[in-house]
Amino acid sequence: MLVLQNMLKNTLDSIGKVSILFLQTLYWTFYNLKTGRFAFGNLIEQMSRIGVDSLLMVAITGVSTGAVLVVQIGYQFAQMGAQSYVGGVVAMSMARELAPILTSIVVAGRVGSAIAAELGTMKITEQIDALETMATNPVEYLVVPRFWGCTIMLFVLTIFTNVVGMIGGSIVAVNQIGLTLISFKDSILHMLQIQDLMGGLIKATVFGSIIGVIGCYKGFTTEGGAEGVGQSTTSAVVVSIMLILVVNYFLTVGINNFCVAYLQ
Amino acid sequence: MIIVSNLHKSFGPKQVLKGVNLKIYDGESLVILGPSGCGKSVLLKNIIGLMKPDSGQVLIDGEDITRFNQKKLDALRMRMGMLFQSAALFDSLNVEENIAFGLRRHTRLSDRAIHHLVSEKLELVGLPGTNYLMPSELSGGMRKRVGLARAIAMEPEIILYDEPTTGLDPIMTSAIDELHLSLKERLGVTSIVVTHDLKSAYRVCDRIALHYGGQIVEIGTREEIINSPNPVVQQFIRGEAQGPMTLL
Repeated sequence: MLVLQNMLKNTLDSIGKVSILFLQTLYWTFYNLKTGRFAFGNLIEQMSRIGVDSLLMVAITGVSTGAVLVVQIGYQFAQMGAQSYVGGVVAMSMARELAPILTSIVVAGRVGSAIAAELGTMKITEQIDALETMATNPVEYLVVPRFWGCTIMLFVLTIFTNVVGMIGGSIVAVNQIGLTLISFKDSILHMLQIQDLMGGLIKATVFGSIIGVIGCYKGFTTEGGAEGVGQSTTSAVVVSIMLILVVNYFLTVGINNFCVAYLQ
Repeated sequence: MIIVSNLHKSFGPKQVLKGVNLKIYDGESLVILGPSGCGKSVLLKNIIGLMKPDSGQVLIDGEDITRFNQKKLDALRMRMGMLFQSAALFDSLNVEENIAFGLRRHTRLSDRAIHHLVSEKLELVGLPGTNYLMPSELSGGMRKRVGLARAIAMEPEIILYDEPTTGLDPIMTSAIDELHLSLKERLGVTSIVVTHDLKSAYRVCDRIALHYGGQIVEIGTREEIINSPNPVVQQFIRGEAQGPMTLL
């Protein structure tokens, strides 16, 4: 019972601290935008690192997911004479669910862990203290560019995953299922709607902000030596992925309700 | 003048500072000696506002910095520099970017002027021409000297040294000490040095304070400390394992 109480207390404590970090990040973003001190150079550097670090893994994930989806549904649809739906179903699955979720998981593993390790190492080697002694707020200098870098790049990488997923799917559809490229493309254009894409991209943006803020929080709360950095890194990935999966459910329900209420 | 008054700080059940009282005069070099893990660095971090005490005051020029908001604290830190035990250089920035960090963020100096200032500070710490090396390419002594160049880049009135000579060979230790003395002479800064290196302490001090058991147990000039009848002081300066001072 005491263990459960402590777990609950620690969880609530962490939620509170992550929320404060998130609010501080927003504060420093708007304060710096207002005062013209926003470090766009740092943001672009982070975006470039996050994008470049993840591009190959995201490409492989996207192509293979698109290809596997076509293999899974292509033959069944062909048996039912519903080949013309293959492209559309693949595109909708990718746009609504698979591209944002899989891209986020890949980025959480690759970038979230890197952020936690980098900031964790800075914490234990007193670099974050050094920043403060030079009258520099660590949230402003370290968290803001990483948070927005993750948020913006998840949006961009998810578009990329959608595109390469379609390419992977089309290659399999043409070479194994026997569809023509034109029918695959027409099916996508016929079935895929803008709200499918937008819903997925909204999810990706939220997931990106989760990865950014959790990675930074875990880095900032690192204690001990190399072991502490290792724990923070692992924890950043695990917590980010769990949160992404939970938040995904609520976002899906919210986006579907919105579409039903306003777009149909 | 810096006045530390009845400062208390605990981490969970562990009381690290138990009512520290200390006065540091302008232009003075005060060395705080003490065994490892006794809370010397915690005291230093309270003086620069990196940690908030549980109770007590840190008065700098008559103002209690423990009550400062972030803006006032930042303004105060512009007047202070700190050399960290591990130098705490930013791994992702080269030597010049490390030293120029404060100048770039808090002044409107041109890149050329900043480069000139950085080169001047590097010259001062005996590392000319190392502007574009990365911290990973530097030895321990070089890192400390770059850390010192960064600490003095904004020409602070107060410099805090956290174990400046730990892990250095005797020659490098001596070089760091000479650097400390020359900075004091040239810039007239107030210095607080935390160390457990007696030789180095004797070289750079105006006064020495011995921190033990969460309190300052003795303070005085080098001679006063050497001749102190306090058994804790005598055990520490003789480096004896047996005595009133217990190992932590």
